[in-house]
Amino acid sequence: MDFLSIFSAALGSAIGPIAAIYALAAIGLNMHFGYTGLLNFGQVGFMLVGAYGVAVSVLTFGLPIWAGFLASIACAIVLALLLGIPTLRLRADYLAICTIGVAEVVRLIYRAPVARDLTGGVYGRQGFADGFDDANPFTDGLDLGIVSFRASDLWVMVWAWGLVGLATLVMWLLMHSPWGRVIKGIREDEEAVRSLGKNVFLYKMQSLVLGGVFGALAGALIGLNQQTVTPDQFMPQVTFYLWAMLLLGGAGRTLGPIIGSMAMWFLLTLFDEILRGLDSIDMLPFFGGPEVGAMRHAIVGLVLVLLIIYRPQGIVGDRKEMLVNVK
Amino acid sequence: MSSDPTDAAAPDRPVPDRSAGIEPVPGVAKPDPILRADGIRRSFGGLTAVDVDHLEVQRGTITALIGPNGAGKSTLFNLLTGFDRVDSGQWTYEGRSLQGLAGHQVARRGMVRTFQLTKALTRMTVMDNMLLAAQGQVGEKMLGGLLRLWTTQEAANRKRAIELLERFKLDTKRDEMAGSLSGGQRKLLEMARALMVQPGMVMLDEPMAGVNPALVQSLLGHITALRDDGMTVLFVEHDMDVIMGISDWIVVLAEGKIIAEGCPDDIRSNTQVIDAYLGASHDDPAAATGEDR
Repeated sequence: MDFLSIFSAALGSAIGPIAAIYALAAIGLNMHFGYTGLLNFGQVGFMLVGAYGVAVSVLTFGLPIWAGFLASIACAIVLALLLGIPTLRLRADYLAICTIGVAEVVRLIYRAPVARDLTGGVYGRQGFADGFDDANPFTDGLDLGIVSFRASDLWVMVWAWGLVGLATLVMWLLMHSPWGRVIKGIREDEEAVRSLGKNVFLYKMQSLVLGGVFGALAGALIGLNQQTVTPDQFMPQVTFYLWAMLLLGGAGRTLGPIIGSMAMWFLLTLFDEILRGLDSIDMLPFFGGPEVGAMRHAIVGLVLVLLIIYRPQGIVGDRKEMLVNVK
Repeated sequence: MSSDPTDAAAPDRPVPDRSAGIEPVPGVAKPDPILRADGIRRSFGGLTAVDVDHLEVQRGTITALIGPNGAGKSTLFNLLTGFDRVDSGQWTYEGRSLQGLAGHQVARRGMVRTFQLTKALTRMTVMDNMLLAAQGQVGEKMLGGLLRLWTTQEAANRKRAIELLERFKLDTKRDEMAGSLSGGQRKLLEMARALMVQPGMVMLDEPMAGVNPALVQSLLGHITALRDDGMTVLFVEHDMDVIMGISDWIVVLAEGKIIAEGCPDDIRSNTQVIDAYLGASHDDPAAATGEDR
């Protein structure tokens, strides 16, 4: 086994385009859950409309990429309003059920035969990223010694990490303002906040829209990164990955989702590479070959369980805040 | 709202008796009502929880709302403050109708409530709890918050919050999490936070519940101080000693209806009230003499 190459692969995936994209979607989830206390189990729905926002605008309507991004944002706002108006008055647990349902409904609508002219149905959309690639200023890849990236990866990384930076700045400014104070108050007790003259519903809606827009931008970047979108890559487990990342990093902290996403991809790749390495020299006792992929998830799951037990606030969470007697 | 009264009156009641001369009958009209309610009804399934024909609350008084368990006190509170929807009825605050308004809109009009189970925002600091209650903050709009247009307003609010915290002896706790306060301190914080809204009327839902006896006196002092500052206080309470001691006017609810109204002395000798609390057929000698009258 080559430990250096294992480490380099893990590091590459921790700072690569996918980690950045997931970090962006997790920032949106952090807005919903970490700060506002909304149990959103349908973040993948926002990613889906974001990805298709670009794909459909460019391919079906022939619009430029930037217009596609605007369409993604508009789709996320519409979805947040459709989801929020009937459900934000519900109690947190009902909201959770509704969000997971809506995300699935959206996926099924986008893959339905009736939508094929627009979305390509189950085959999805390909070849919408040409304009994005043409604008790529990088001609060569980047070699940092231990990790290296292709030129196309670099271009996505610039956008993805750029948007992560922008989203983080926006979140930091908002959460350190009176607006953020109301949002955190809603997380603690929305009745109390209402009794102080704040329109709780409006704030929850703003939170849902903002977090949804971050999710949609992440979805748009997934499409551009893969140069293809299909409905079935937006299954509910994507949302659960995001939750795992958020809790790993620390919910309710500005850097939590970013650190969570990087750590999660680092661990996933690390275990994957180690298991494959062991498998290749026949050191794995009970399993091998195709089971390796499943095993890495089991190990990451175990790490998460240990984390919840021994460090429930996540990597950068505030232990003092966690330990406060809540009721 | 006059605040002259310090020169008049006994030390324990520095405000002139604003409820003097009002006839102690249910639904009686007051000379200067801040809150007027008519035909407030709310039922849950077959049970009529609240059925109040007419209720007026006199401005600048401490009015207590009492009644046996399940009398509908908290429900009436919720209805009046927009935290529950009435089946029928209308009510006005300062002459403007509150009907159909949501809880936050009622609070903005100046009628602020607290809760039976204290709702301190536990994972926020005491100071943030206070600042949250200030009204009309530019920074509470998304764009205003993002563009940091709120810093001068925040400084002014912070100054006012510190003054209030000093008054409630919480200023040393200002940077601690509200969740680390004791039950009594949380009650104080909730009251201070309600004042931060600058209300005209404060509705306290069982302000003494779960507070240790040593702190009760201090809480009572704060409640009378609210009245002395010109605020109207309406509160729900169980402890009879507390009620008789500080109320200017008492409204008794039983089975959703107002069965009696009056100043503490009227209520103490009202047979209907005693019946409602102890049951109609009882052997209490005090009540027996009441029935003879």
